[in-house]
Amino acid sequence: MSASTFGSGIRRREDPRLITGMATYTDDIGLPGMLHAAMLRSPFAHARIASIDTSEAAAAAGVEAVYTAADTDGQIGAAPCAWLLPESGLAIADYHCIAKDTVRYVGDIVAVVVAGTRQQACDALDLIDVDYDTLDAVVGPKQSAAPGAPQLHSEIEGNQAFHWTVTGGGDIEEAFAGADVVVKETIVQQRLIPNAMEPRAMLASYTAPTGELTLWNTTQNPHIVRFLMSLVMGVPEDKLRVIAPEVGGGFGSKIAVYPGDFVTAFCSKKLGVPVKWAESRSENYLATTHGRDHVQEIELAATSDGKIVGLRATVWAGMGAYLSTAAPGIPTILHGLMLSGVYDIPAIHEDVYGLYTNTTPVEAYRGAGRPEATFMVERLVDLLAAKLGQDPVDVRRRNFIPKFDDGHDVATGLTYDSGNYDGALTKLLDKAGYDALRSEQAEARKEGRHIGLGLSTYVEICGLGPSQVAGAIGFQGGLWESAIVRFHPSGKVNVMIGASPHGQGEETTFAQIIAGELGVSPDDVKVIHGDTDNTPMGWGTYGSRTTAVGGAALALAARKIRDKATIIAAHLLEAAVEDMDYEDGTFFVKGSPDSSKTIQDIALMANVAWNMPEGVEAGLEATTFYDPPNFVFPYGAHLAKVEVDAETGSVTLQRYVAVDDCGPQINPVIVEGQVHGGIVQGIGQALWEEGVYDEDGQLLTGTMLDYAIPRADGLPDIEVHSTVTPSPHHPLGVKGIGEAGTIASTAAVYNAVIDALKPLGVGSVRMPLTPERVWRSIQDAQGGN
Amino acid sequence: MRVPVTITMNGREYSRDVEPRLLLVHLIRDVLGLTGTKVGCDTSQCGSCTVLLDGVAAKSCTCLAVQADGASVTTIEGLAGEDGLHPLQESFWNKHGLQCGFCTPGMIMASHELLRCTPNPSDEEIRHGLEGNFCRCTGYQNIVRSVREAAGEMAGGGQ
Repeated sequence: MSASTFGSGIRRREDPRLITGMATYTDDIGLPGMLHAAMLRSPFAHARIASIDTSEAAAAAGVEAVYTAADTDGQIGAAPCAWLLPESGLAIADYHCIAKDTVRYVGDIVAVVVAGTRQQACDALDLIDVDYDTLDAVVGPKQSAAPGAPQLHSEIEGNQAFHWTVTGGGDIEEAFAGADVVVKETIVQQRLIPNAMEPRAMLASYTAPTGELTLWNTTQNPHIVRFLMSLVMGVPEDKLRVIAPEVGGGFGSKIAVYPGDFVTAFCSKKLGVPVKWAESRSENYLATTHGRDHVQEIELAATSDGKIVGLRATVWAGMGAYLSTAAPGIPTILHGLMLSGVYDIPAIHEDVYGLYTNTTPVEAYRGAGRPEATFMVERLVDLLAAKLGQDPVDVRRRNFIPKFDDGHDVATGLTYDSGNYDGALTKLLDKAGYDALRSEQAEARKEGRHIGLGLSTYVEICGLGPSQVAGAIGFQGGLWESAIVRFHPSGKVNVMIGASPHGQGEETTFAQIIAGELGVSPDDVKVIHGDTDNTPMGWGTYGSRTTAVGGAALALAARKIRDKATIIAAHLLEAAVEDMDYEDGTFFVKGSPDSSKTIQDIALMANVAWNMPEGVEAGLEATTFYDPPNFVFPYGAHLAKVEVDAETGSVTLQRYVAVDDCGPQINPVIVEGQVHGGIVQGIGQALWEEGVYDEDGQLLTGTMLDYAIPRADGLPDIEVHSTVTPSPHHPLGVKGIGEAGTIASTAAVYNAVIDALKPLGVGSVRMPLTPERVWRSIQDAQGGN
Repeated sequence: MRVPVTITMNGREYSRDVEPRLLLVHLIRDVLGLTGTKVGCDTSQCGSCTVLLDGVAAKSCTCLAVQADGASVTTIEGLAGEDGLHPLQESFWNKHGLQCGFCTPGMIMASHELLRCTPNPSDEEIRHGLEGNFCRCTGYQNIVRSVREAAGEMAGGGQ
């Protein structure tokens, strides 16, 4: 019940409420007098609103109000973009919470109905008469950049939201001009739809006499919601309370503060009663942010013996019709700065064009920029291996950054913290039995069967991040985290954190951190999060940062408590502070272990304060604000084994082996769960998932029937292994693990399929690798019909 | 128009007048206030709303409340017995078979059905049996482990 619980796979304390149906998610909450909002959304991707007639809806049964832009204009601000990417010509289009004059994607809000029941509100939507003049739409990012493309925002030329570049290391032109070998590819990182199992919801309750606004919201970052709400709604933060109750997954889609959130708050403020808006799944597909949507033209230059000398890329990133809260930073900072991957690449250059398109806005989606970077680099390395006739393992080893413990600078300007990339790959090859798999592949090929092996050796940037860097890269907030640790007289502990986990299990891991630092049982630690009124400020749960940043704040707060407890113990034991020692929750005089006080003894004394050292305050409580000195850089090596049926094009994923290094693991069972889930989302991108629009901007994959979410079948048991390389700058040495699997797995599976198809002459296939696409690629390569 | 419905929910009888179009899941959640059962989609794909209808698993969004008139329904809130958690609830806890927990009530009820029909399933049978229930967090692997453990527990004389 002590330090040993750090590193133990104890059961999650979150689970009892979740397995019994006793957890409360936003849509489970009802308040007296509560009304229900439903949003009328544009059925067209691009149109002028000629007229709106809401009279019939307003008169319908149960309807209390119908609002359009005419009502919200001047009352609430535009939905803000909060990542103001510098030196990129960033052009932010006004994202009116209710569309004014023009709609720009299927799902743009046109009106809101507030009624007594959700059904009444939805019924009344059908009674609103909107006259649209449709306009031409543009869907693909590269098409949006083309001359003559339909223009979304009159004030923004060429639909260009930004043009961002990263240039690092030596001269890129020289690198390519002098190279022995150049490999190139065009990659479509298809649009993905996050599909957190809980759709988004907002319950707003405005109390007119006090001017207080309380919000229950499906969010990953309640403090950011409060911050942005206060700006948009004109309600000061001291009168704004944001509660993230149980939140059913996010994967990036619950970072943004959405137009519908502001509209719901507006309705409550206007009507003076609680108003709830809970999107349906079909609405979620249209209205909740998507991810990825890149077209990437990439090339790699190398010497004839496989040493990489330069990497160059141009990316067209679809941003959707407007810039969502954090969107500009995703295909740029979180993408372009990671193009060195795990390799020593002396010259790197990338241009990223962010384009407005008539589609749902794009935001962070698990991995957020880094899967797109890893895929580029890992694809290029495999192409180089193929070109040189080398094994992909050898090309990787030829270019790996050598093992380092305390900092390594890469050409993009980042300083990785620690890594042993060859160590992870070596372990992977051993665990997978790589040589035997290659032999099996060779045998299978003799029989006309198509087995493929794919590698992905990745590093990611997470634990976002130093706030000074946040400012420099235009992120309109800090990136520190805070924690309060409070001992009660009984020795039980409350921990209050600003970050807001929503499935990642930090109520358990944070209790384990306290247990490890202060020798209490994790069962005696309650972790409180998700309510801006009773937690300290924090910037949220995304970018695999909650344990890496929030956990550090917690550990440092615990150490402050230990320091104070040592002073109190010394006083009570009539010893000098420097003569005190501590072990496992007990403070004792060096050399006299019988002369001791437990942390519980100290907690009681500090709270009653009958006999405190002179000048020491009562209470046993500490607050820490932790602003990390650098990001953390987890890494690993993954291998996928597939078999492709050349007759049908179907891909069977036969094995998946992962080695991940997130530093010391606080709870290895939770780490493994994160790895499983992350890997399967990345497999989903490789094999099944795509958000598809037709050329008019209609979302064709707008339900769970049409969008292929990974299911329990069709997946092998994932083999999970790890190595442990502590971060040198982190109080616990830990790195993040929430996104690692997704960052690695798409490339591993893709590379495996291409490896399988090599004898058939197929060099690339557009993702997702559906049977039809694979089959057509085989036919094309074989010169068939 | 409203129609009378009488339903036995987790062993307790309720009578309500409901709209004919009301789905069973909305009767459970909005009328009776049992919010453990979740709504994750509107096309009957996700399985979050799975309950036991007269002992057999059903997606409660595929059934009108009036169709359940006279039926006995068990939701996640009614699964635990007087002597504690159901073996499936225990095993999902033991094997880290959930993360955000939103799919979990439906997943546990679907697993209940799976084990009712196939008391000693192979991993492949578990995966096949749960393909109508989506989980976006776990990658399903620990759900498979959970169901496997519960199968062992239940075969060993549990519930």
